[in-house]
Amino acid sequence: MQVVHYLNQFFGGLGGEDVADAPPEVRDGAVGPGRLLERVMGQDSQVVKTVICGDNYAAENPEILKAFVLKEVAACKADLFVAGPCFEAGRYGAAAGALCVDVGTEIGIPAVTGMALENPGVDLYRQKLYIVDSGESVSDMAATLTKMTAIAVKLAAGQELGAPAENNYIPRGILRDGFVDKSAAERMVEMLYAKTQGQAFQSELTVTTFPSVPAPPPVIDISNARIAIVTDGGLVPQGNPDNIAHTAATTWGSYDISKAADLHGEDYEVSHRGYDTRYVCQDPDRLVPVDVMRELEGEGVIGKVHEEFISTSGLANPLANSRRLGQEIAQKLKDSGVDAVVLTSA
Amino acid sequence: MCQVTSVVPIAKMVGSNRIVQGTGIVHVLGDANLPPEEEKELRRKTVLQAIEALKAETPGS
Repeated sequence: MQVVHYLNQFFGGLGGEDVADAPPEVRDGAVGPGRLLERVMGQDSQVVKTVICGDNYAAENPEILKAFVLKEVAACKADLFVAGPCFEAGRYGAAAGALCVDVGTEIGIPAVTGMALENPGVDLYRQKLYIVDSGESVSDMAATLTKMTAIAVKLAAGQELGAPAENNYIPRGILRDGFVDKSAAERMVEMLYAKTQGQAFQSELTVTTFPSVPAPPPVIDISNARIAIVTDGGLVPQGNPDNIAHTAATTWGSYDISKAADLHGEDYEVSHRGYDTRYVCQDPDRLVPVDVMRELEGEGVIGKVHEEFISTSGLANPLANSRRLGQEIAQKLKDSGVDAVVLTSA
Repeated sequence: MCQVTSVVPIAKMVGSNRIVQGTGIVHVLGDANLPPEEEKELRRKTVLQAIEALKAETPGS
């Protein structure tokens, strides 16, 4: 197979968050994990081109990146597109998923990717793609590439893939009819019996959607409203006094801005490892816009800027945890008489 | 609540219902390429969009 491989700036060897704005570039042959991919695929296959792109550039310019990748794939007449694996990197997973869908739709060759189950790319694209669950650890690279290759080989041969568990891909939420030996009643009783005995059992239907959040009604009189700023970008006072974790944060903090006309870099730091924080450290108003909110308060556009802003880190934060954080923050703000929130996300 | 974010598809996916496009992952309410006064103007524009969103009806509200 002739493969085009997509990598982000980190796996492509350009650097870390400092070069996350790198525009797409193409290299001949395999780069980084692409070399391992070639070994896994075997002698008859090779990575003919590698496309490398910074995660921020990919997130902010999806159309440009799509055009770039489609052009490269078409030009070298590749018969397989591989993206990642992306592990927990959310921007990378979202870009990889989008590119796999684009290549499959516009060029019609098989496309495969891998990422952790909680990567946003999974819920965005699981229905359209075969995504291998890479887990969170990069040390599982070889195992993940092996599973991705196995899927790629079947797709290239035009074979139908069977059940997710047997083929190592994340369930796509697709129901297929099939014949089984036991009736639904028998299977259900067996499942119930196993559950009551404390034995393992496999549920036949798992719910994977996000529950819909009803939209609160609009703020009627914003010129009299108390507005709070909340952020998941991890802005905290110098010294991080509440020890908010930079990854999978389980706590949040609230910080006094009652006397602040704007925020100064020397008073704050950022506890979040998922983005290049230097611009926010230079001027924290770029994440927590106290300067503008204060102006709007003075002009009477809004009633009051709440005297505290609330902060946590959204990086690699498990959903159950984020939901809890959100509920706690909402309760605190409700108890403080806040009418509305501007939530800023890195 | 209105969410200001640079990656709108993810906000939509998880069910955020008032979303405003930010101007870059590393400075969602800013732009390091602009001179300070213009950057503040941009921040003001984005925050005003968020304020408008807070006043807006949403389908189902």
